[in-house]
Amino acid sequence: MTQRLVVIGAGMATGRVLEHLFETDPDAYDVTLFNAEPRGNYNRIMLSPVLSGEKSYEEIVTHDDAWYDDHNVTCRFGEKVERIDRDRKVVVGENGEVPYDKLILGTGSAPFIIPCPGHDLPGVVAYRDLEDTNAMMEAAGTPGARAVVIGGGLLGLEAAAGLRLRGMEVTVLHLAGHLMERQLDEAAGYLLQKDLESRGITVMTQAATKEIRGDAHVEEVVLEDGTVLPADIVVMAVGIRPQAQLAKDAGLDVNRAVTVDARMQTSDPDIYAVGECVEFDGNLFGLVAPLYDQARVLAKTLAGEDAAFQVKELSTKLKVTGCDLFSAGDFAEGEGREDIVFRDPARGIYKRLVIEENRLIGAVFYGDTADSNWFFGLIRDGEDVSEMRDTLIFGPSYQGGAAADPLSAVAALPPEAEICGCNGVCKGQITQAIEGGATDLAAVRATTKASNSCGTCTGLVEQLLSVTLGDGYSAPAAQPICGCTELTHEDVRRLIKSKELKSQAAVWQELGWTTPNGCHVCRPAVNFYLLADWPLDYQDDPQSRFVNERNHANIQKDGTYSVMPRMWGGTTDANELRAIADAADRYGATVKVTGGQRIDLLGVKKEDLPAIWEDLNDAGMVSGHAYSKGLRTVKTCVGKDWCRFGTQDSTGLGIQLEKRLWGAWTPHKVKLGVSGCPRNCAEATCKDVGIVCVDSGYQIGVGGAAGMDVKEVERLVDVTTEQEAIDHVVAFVQLYRENAKYLDRPYKWLAKVGIEWVQEQVIDPEIRAGLIERFDISQSVYQKDPWAEHVQTRRARYAPLADLTLEAAE
Amino acid sequence: MTWIDIGRIDDIPVRGARLVKTHLGCIGLFRTADDEVFAAADTCPHKGGPLSEGIVHGQRVTCPLHNAVFDLNTGQGTDGYQIDTYPVRVENGRVLLDADALGKRSAA
Ligand SMILES: Cc1cc2nc3c(=O)[nH]c(=O)nc-3n(C[C@H](O)[C@H](O)[C@H](O)COP(=O)(O)OP(=O)(O)OC[C@H]3O[C@@H](n4cnc5c(N)ncnc54)[C@H](O)[C@@H]3O)c2cc1C
Ligand code: FES
Repeated sequence: MTQRLVVIGAGMATGRVLEHLFETDPDAYDVTLFNAEPRGNYNRIMLSPVLSGEKSYEEIVTHDDAWYDDHNVTCRFGEKVERIDRDRKVVVGENGEVPYDKLILGTGSAPFIIPCPGHDLPGVVAYRDLEDTNAMMEAAGTPGARAVVIGGGLLGLEAAAGLRLRGMEVTVLHLAGHLMERQLDEAAGYLLQKDLESRGITVMTQAATKEIRGDAHVEEVVLEDGTVLPADIVVMAVGIRPQAQLAKDAGLDVNRAVTVDARMQTSDPDIYAVGECVEFDGNLFGLVAPLYDQARVLAKTLAGEDAAFQVKELSTKLKVTGCDLFSAGDFAEGEGREDIVFRDPARGIYKRLVIEENRLIGAVFYGDTADSNWFFGLIRDGEDVSEMRDTLIFGPSYQGGAAADPLSAVAALPPEAEICGCNGVCKGQITQAIEGGATDLAAVRATTKASNSCGTCTGLVEQLLSVTLGDGYSAPAAQPICGCTELTHEDVRRLIKSKELKSQAAVWQELGWTTPNGCHVCRPAVNFYLLADWPLDYQDDPQSRFVNERNHANIQKDGTYSVMPRMWGGTTDANELRAIADAADRYGATVKVTGGQRIDLLGVKKEDLPAIWEDLNDAGMVSGHAYSKGLRTVKTCVGKDWCRFGTQDSTGLGIQLEKRLWGAWTPHKVKLGVSGCPRNCAEATCKDVGIVCVDSGYQIGVGGAAGMDVKEVERLVDVTTEQEAIDHVVAFVQLYRENAKYLDRPYKWLAKVGIEWVQEQVIDPEIRAGLIERFDISQSVYQKDPWAEHVQTRRARYAPLADLTLEAAE
Repeated sequence: MTWIDIGRIDDIPVRGARLVKTHLGCIGLFRTADDEVFAAADTCPHKGGPLSEGIVHGQRVTCPLHNAVFDLNTGQGTDGYQIDTYPVRVENGRVLLDADALGKRSAA
């Protein structure tokens, strides 16, 4: 006898179930199909090509009226099921009841909507069904209309790409640090972002939505950081939630979704579930491949055959034409793993394999996904790859080894990329000169002037000689930064500027780093280069800093820290001294007066750091940066106010300089001295920057040293006014920040570039003004007290995550 | 194994570490760029540098005092140094340590 089968939801999963069922036994069931959407089954994943205009809705319908007719399916489209009455075995729809013998739940998921103010304004849509898609296409119909897409996952990016193709101005907001963070690692996320940006899509990561505003319709989106983005439509694609309420109300077992066994049966033997509304063995589903497996299993179960659903590895691709990415398996969470990384900056390719116990368990590719199926097979089958390990990354057709080319980063530069910053010479001019017969460094210098001034681009010019002349040129071996790269510090600095690399991921990828995220040698250097060159675009990364700069205190050999508040120009007062004395008592610190005219509190426990900072902050003091590669101290003498030899207000100038320069990060530490007369009580002539006041003005010296090396400053310039003195010092510090190699003190850097070159830059009024302007821009970001900031935002990080010694012993 | 809940993975900075005090001494919980979490002794065998204050790169950490580099999978370090590693799991965003592994060695 024909049984009555009721299906709730005409989705991707149930559509498949019915197909399989009718193939095996067309007459076994009398089917009623409910669908809340006012239409039958269509291929939901093809909504993206519909949005982008590559397909029409008609082309993605999977089952038409004729099909339902042929199979005697009673269609109740546009009717939502409100209730399931399991006692009476009826389904209650909006337009009445239908009795069932067997019931299938295929209700899918609902898009998650961020409950921010304004989320219910007209013009805010999700991306789930045809209505959403139509709403987006309509919005795109107005010329110049703007879209904001919240969520940089698969759906959000497909929406963004589609809207962009329709001519909208599109901004994608993404909460995490890189796009599609669940499927891609940072490197692939970076390349994806670059590709999308090249299509004119604006991508903002770490962007948290605060509210959506508008009168009768959306007008703008406001971010937590205050940014306001005008919008004619807002697409929320931040995740999905299984629709399990119906099942829950009916008393079925529901965890995060409707729980089923391997036969797709729920806790009621007459009710089954398939698709995204299902939870199996703790797993939820969001891609069609497993849903199709489920559909096959359920069709068999309904036909009385044995079948069991199994969870398999999944792979992800993005359906945006031209963005080739692939991700499969597991490249997160777990121990005992090893990475193989391959990058080809010239072709924008990144490949990463993750290997565990000789098996491939994860893969991320960007730019070249040709062999992805082969790799996916290796992952799925758990094949032993130890034999081919060394060449695995080159794929199945690998023959005989194309080792990564250390010169490829330079080879990949476009002809207009600037190589020599001093003389404004770009790559094309240099290659032209080489091809025209300038076959060594001296000849290139003579013809193009490149590498003729500060000389830091010499390495790159030599690499260009190698690339252009091939074996005909052997470049002198230069010292690379570390084992992660073939490039020198100077090369990397230059390339960060000329290729406008603004993130660590960009540096690793574009410069062909051989490790996923550098090492303790290169990462602090790259972090500094990025923040010095792009203060507004790049965000300082504490995890790329040595302990002292991360914890804003100096670690001592017993693991305690020293804390030193700033005393402007070496001046203090009774209040500050009292607060320091109290802090010393409270935190058991040893007190030492330093050579830089400061008071150091030694022996403070890490847990106590936020508290002692707070106390010192309360007394008006800020961090003295005694731990940083940055401005340390400005040492002064008392000057003409008190001293009978004093010629100028040396203390006042010292305070002004310190107030201007504090907080700036520099390649290495920077110490200043200002002496009021040539007797030089502040020992200014062996400082990184030392000013000696004379009757006629100020003598500014730079590049002194009094450490392992002892060196007297070289005279930069003599000036007559205090303002000129400050300007020249600021310009010098900025020049040093922009050009020196990380961990070169000014005297070491000066020995490489020469004082004459430095003078040319700092003394030229126009160049000086530019340097000062860039310094001030950087200070607008970095001149803030890290102590106060950490007390407010990261206090908890200073305590252990857990203390298990407090638990009762078992 | 008996797993004890230590805290949220999000409380450990990415490419960073946090400290857990145990009867066996301090243990560092290290989180990599890919959200893997490793547990290993916090104390560098060279001169006792606190490894949880080191720079985490790939699946390695560099001691902040004198730059010994340790593989967090095996505990093996440069120059023949070796640190203990401990079973750790991440579940629903929570980091779990194995009480037995922490207990047994302390009883011994
Ligand atoms: C734009 C887009 C692109 C995608 N791209 C991909 C891709 O490239 N690759 C991939 O693998 N996956 C992709 N997906 C995901 C894929 O579409 C889903 O995994 C799949 O559609 C889920 O199938 P389902 O049958 O569980 O649910 P659905 O297809 O959502 O069907 C559920 C149906 O049930 C109806 N319903 C819900 N509650 C009731 C009720 N109470 N009464 C009556 N009817 C109800 C709904 O109206 C809906 O029509 C994409 C999804 C979208 C939205
Ligand atoms: S204490 Fe670790 S390297 Fe010296």
